[in-house]
Amino acid sequence: MNQPVDLSKSLPDANGLFGSFGGRFVAETLMPLILELQDEYTTAKNDPEFQRQLAYFQGDYVGRPSPLYFAERLTEHFGGASIYLKREELNHTGAHKINNCIGQVLLAKQMGKKRIIAETGAGMHGVATATVAARFGLPCVIYMGTTDIERQQTNVFRMKLLGAEIIPVTSGTGTLKDAMNEALRDWVTNVDDTFYIIGTVAGPHPYPAMVRDFQAVIGHETRSQMLEKKGRLPDSLVACVGGGSNAIGLFYPFLDDPDVQMIGVEAGGKGVKSGLHAASLNGGTPGVLHGNRTYLLQNEDGQITDAHSISAGLDYPGIGPEHAWLHEQKRVEYVSATDDEALEAFQVCCRQEGIIPALETAHALAEVAKRAPTLPREHLMVINLSGRGDKDMTSVAHHLGDKFGVKNL
Amino acid sequence: MSIVHSNTMPDTVNQAMNHSPRIEQCFAALKQQNRPALVSYLTAGDPDADTSRRLLHGLPSAGVDIIELGMPFSDPMADGPAIQKAALRALNNGQTQAKTLEMVRHFREENSTTPIVLMGYYNPIFCYGVERFLADAARAGVDGLIVVDLPPEHDEELCTPAAQHSIDFIRLATPTTDAKRLPKVLANASGFIYYVSVAGVTGGSAPTSERLESSVAKLREHTELPIAVGFGIRTAEQAATIGRFSDAVVVGSALVDCIENANTPDEAVERVHGLVSELAESVRACREVEERMEEQLSV
Repeated sequence: MNQPVDLSKSLPDANGLFGSFGGRFVAETLMPLILELQDEYTTAKNDPEFQRQLAYFQGDYVGRPSPLYFAERLTEHFGGASIYLKREELNHTGAHKINNCIGQVLLAKQMGKKRIIAETGAGMHGVATATVAARFGLPCVIYMGTTDIERQQTNVFRMKLLGAEIIPVTSGTGTLKDAMNEALRDWVTNVDDTFYIIGTVAGPHPYPAMVRDFQAVIGHETRSQMLEKKGRLPDSLVACVGGGSNAIGLFYPFLDDPDVQMIGVEAGGKGVKSGLHAASLNGGTPGVLHGNRTYLLQNEDGQITDAHSISAGLDYPGIGPEHAWLHEQKRVEYVSATDDEALEAFQVCCRQEGIIPALETAHALAEVAKRAPTLPREHLMVINLSGRGDKDMTSVAHHLGDKFGVKNL
Repeated sequence: MSIVHSNTMPDTVNQAMNHSPRIEQCFAALKQQNRPALVSYLTAGDPDADTSRRLLHGLPSAGVDIIELGMPFSDPMADGPAIQKAALRALNNGQTQAKTLEMVRHFREENSTTPIVLMGYYNPIFCYGVERFLADAARAGVDGLIVVDLPPEHDEELCTPAAQHSIDFIRLATPTTDAKRLPKVLANASGFIYYVSVAGVTGGSAPTSERLESSVAKLREHTELPIAVGFGIRTAEQAATIGRFSDAVVVGSALVDCIENANTPDEAVERVHGLVSELAESVRACREVEERMEEQLSV
């Protein structure tokens, strides 16, 4: 692959642009705050004390480093590439989301903010945010679409136990994008005292870069773990992509290694051709939403259309701007997996490895099922096992319950 | 670039070619009358194309000086529930960017003086194509744009190209715009400055007028452009209070609520134009008390 070696170092530019993607497309009320956040983050990034605190909480509170596990049975099952799982589901709260939340809450404290807000889809980011808010003694408000509340009852309860207030969002389709609209409206109204912890690599600059940096711990660890285990870098990296935070977290530290192939797996819903999907890169066009320019699901008049996915966490009509850029640079290959393919891979992972993955993660595993059998055993393939599937039991029972004699959960 | 209106522009304004003459003329005339402008906001296509057209065409005779026409967007992040619902009503009834521009063109066939400012979000413009949109908007008779999610950092997207089409780019200043940031906000602004009275979304809580008056006064030290105040203004009384120290008063959500609360299209038209008339009367009289007092003092 013929790539510039400094792919990762130069972007985003001073205006938060990755090529033509990203930026700061927000209301003027938010601009001074966003500029302040950018300054604070730049300072924190180079502040040894901030980095020391971050490392402390990542270790003793989150439980990092997460293992890089050789999935021997999955490898045998697919009969091709050697499969390694980066076990982000073993983190505190059960997903990669907390890597970012710990970073942002430390920043909120540093900026003297008194109140935390966040949007959530599947509820994993909401739970992670409620968790760090509890840990740091800050009141926390979580915006969640009513459709998602319905299918993620367990996480709603977890957030409440952690002391967060859940505000149901009825506008639009009652999913992640609507929750994000509502969180932005809260932020613009309470701009003085509130810190908005965005859960993915989207939103206005500096969020996409900041969230990426906090998640990059995944890729940094993978790199040294693979070097330690096999004495070389992996051949390919696979991750699911909704907004794209777990994927960029794994990919980013390898962007300048041209021999490391990267595959992002979007939610194909009922199939990209059906129109019922959440695959912004495979089935969308460039546009501007939630503070950045990226690929979006939209009609020809620039109205955002609904995303469809079995997985609430991938049910978003956009994707982080850096992914849009990496897609156009052809540095990362973006494919999609349907609901059915994800459900199938979900079961394989349960039965072969004794690991119940999140439905989001199952999309990455579905791509592995297609790709791994065609590759030799020497091929080292790392999958970001971004979250655990406990939260998805109700949805999965709805789809597969009959098979197990379970009607409802 | 040749602009046919240039003979009507004051010679002192060097960049006259890049600005809308209607907005400038409107404020100049109101200055003579010593009263603020009444600016109304309605979403194009709300509740349906026909009613929306009737609403639009009746605004000037009901007393509106400047018309803001919302371009509906599916995800209006800076709007409260009233305008969110208005956008959905319009979109569900088939409103598009092209139809909104067509509405303006129709309006211009019978009205060549009342300025029209299109207000909305960037994505529908971006998808229409910026150059194509500006050319069509200029041809239709659009005088200005307010695009909520385009801060000065992104001037090259739309603000700069709009000037080439003599369409004003109206900038929002807010309670969070501090002295350090203000010059940047004002740099490429034209038409008028829209002061957002409270940090928040449209249709939210009403601003307190003392703090607002001093904010407007501060803003005035930095710009020659007229200053409009909006967000949270619902009643004739509030409009009068704010109209005493601002150059324009914007009322949006209260008008949109009239549509939401009406049972029939006729009732919507009646209610909207009724509230506009009340507001218009109020802003026309709001400085008279001061004038009388000044006269008495000078006697």
